Amino acid sequence: MTNKFTYWLRNFLPLLFFLLPQIAQSADDVASQTNLNVVWTCLAAFIVFFMQAGFATVEIGLTRAKNAVNIVMKNLMDFSIGSLTFYLLGFGLMFGKSNGFFGTTHFYLSGTTGEHWNYTFIIFQTVFAATSATIVSGAMAERTKFVAYLIYSFFISAIIYPVFGSWAWGSLLDGKGWLETLPTGAFCDFAGSTVVHSIGGWLALTGAYFLGPRKGKFDINGNPRAIPGHNIVLAAIGVFILWFGWFAFNAGSTTVGTASIGRIAFVTNLGGAAGSLGAMFTAWILFKKPDASMTLNGVLAGLVSVTAGCNSITPNGALIIGFLAGIFVVLSVIAIEKYLKIDDPVGAVSVHGVCGIWGTLACGLFNAEGALGIAEHSTGLFYGGGINQLISQVIGASAAFAWGIGMGGLLFITIKHSIGLRVTEHEEYVGLDIEEHGMEAYYTTK
Amino acid sequence: MKLVIAYIKPDKLGVVKQALYDNSIKRFSVSDVYGHSDEDGIAESYRGIEIQVDLINKIKIEIALNDEFVEVAVNAILEAGKSGQLGDGKIFVLPIEQAYRIRSRQSGKDAIG
Repeated sequence: MTNKFTYWLRNFLPLLFFLLPQIAQSADDVASQTNLNVVWTCLAAFIVFFMQAGFATVEIGLTRAKNAVNIVMKNLMDFSIGSLTFYLLGFGLMFGKSNGFFGTTHFYLSGTTGEHWNYTFIIFQTVFAATSATIVSGAMAERTKFVAYLIYSFFISAIIYPVFGSWAWGSLLDGKGWLETLPTGAFCDFAGSTVVHSIGGWLALTGAYFLGPRKGKFDINGNPRAIPGHNIVLAAIGVFILWFGWFAFNAGSTTVGTASIGRIAFVTNLGGAAGSLGAMFTAWILFKKPDASMTLNGVLAGLVSVTAGCNSITPNGALIIGFLAGIFVVLSVIAIEKYLKIDDPVGAVSVHGVCGIWGTLACGLFNAEGALGIAEHSTGLFYGGGINQLISQVIGASAAFAWGIGMGGLLFITIKHSIGLRVTEHEEYVGLDIEEHGMEAYYTTK
Repeated sequence: MKLVIAYIKPDKLGVVKQALYDNSIKRFSVSDVYGHSDEDGIAESYRGIEIQVDLINKIKIEIALNDEFVEVAVNAILEAGKSGQLGDGKIFVLPIEQAYRIRSRQSGKDAIG
């Protein structure tokens, strides 16, 4: 007995001392990784939230002073309404157990209150939903009835955005969307070129179309006229805020504290910088001057275009995609104004819709998972991945276009023929600030 | 009593003000105005669409003076406000019928200063 005991003591106890900390260590590792994921995802959510300030100042800067209060209220309300409706309805439709087309559980987090990750996940997804909603505000600026805007804002955060989101992103939680199970491979949209930006962009296009142009935007021959924004500095500050927010928008979409955050942030930055240069040179060649508002649009265009592929493209790929987006955005702004005769005061349709589609398709061309070492094979056409991914991208982008235009059309036509979409001519002339809100943005001594 | 109204280039306000101070003229008001004369407008462009800005920013100075100061004031502005290019501005001298100082109820020459 004594011998056995000493044998055990001599041989196994040291082993036990050696092992115990190891077991404890690995449990600690899991806990700290979970905590890191929560901290990183929440931090990213808070920064993406701040993009609301960017969207508001860009829109205020590129429009006239007499409508600034209205824009403040629109941006404040689409976030507030979006936060509530996404919690009550949208989140369940997007991430609940799904039939392939929309989720049917998790409304107001029901049945999941014990799962702590869901709180982190929903705050991150809420700020994304609100981003999509706020894109539309810019295209419809300076002439939309406030109450009509509130109704629109409810429907995009409650239904339009989440249903499409469930198609592409449902499996990030408990759903499963049809775009994730395409025979040609899952639709690739890492941080939302399509899910967030294109959907917002196509709704913006539909809204601006059914509203009609601002008074004085086109002369009697239908040629576009300039309605200069009242504060380019404010617009620039807004773009810098958005650029800052984009690091969190893209790198936060990992929702995991991993080494790829640095790569995604770097790729994102190259996209924005290249977009800025692409737009500036295009404007310089076409208009003889490096137009500031177009260059600012170019930054956003570049950022939107690398949002889908930020986790799967190389830095060089981002450079090319972003630069081309900068060129496309300027041409698109001109085309929408000159040929479609649609008045989009801030260029939201071109930035988010057109460059969102470009970024989505670019995944099918530039995806380089193999080269980046995150998967065995690259799926991009240019990296030997064949054409399958590109087909998936075309399907996803077309679905977004059809869904955005279709639902947008239904919504805006209904509003137009019920409570009305547009303010009176007199109100537009005086400004929405005084007529809708009874106040001005910039008081002078009176 | 005369009212001198001068329209000058905005960037000349500093030197014109100093010239008036140097001649002991310290009571005047200044406002920001827009006008058009022989100067052409400025061609600007916004998002690729040209805008002809034809009203140009000027500074308007109004000085109420007793007769003996009028010539000094006008000369000071003519001197300091000149760049020699189109758009330097104009000076008008108008008679003043009556003047009052609100605080002390003084009137006429005393009110002007």
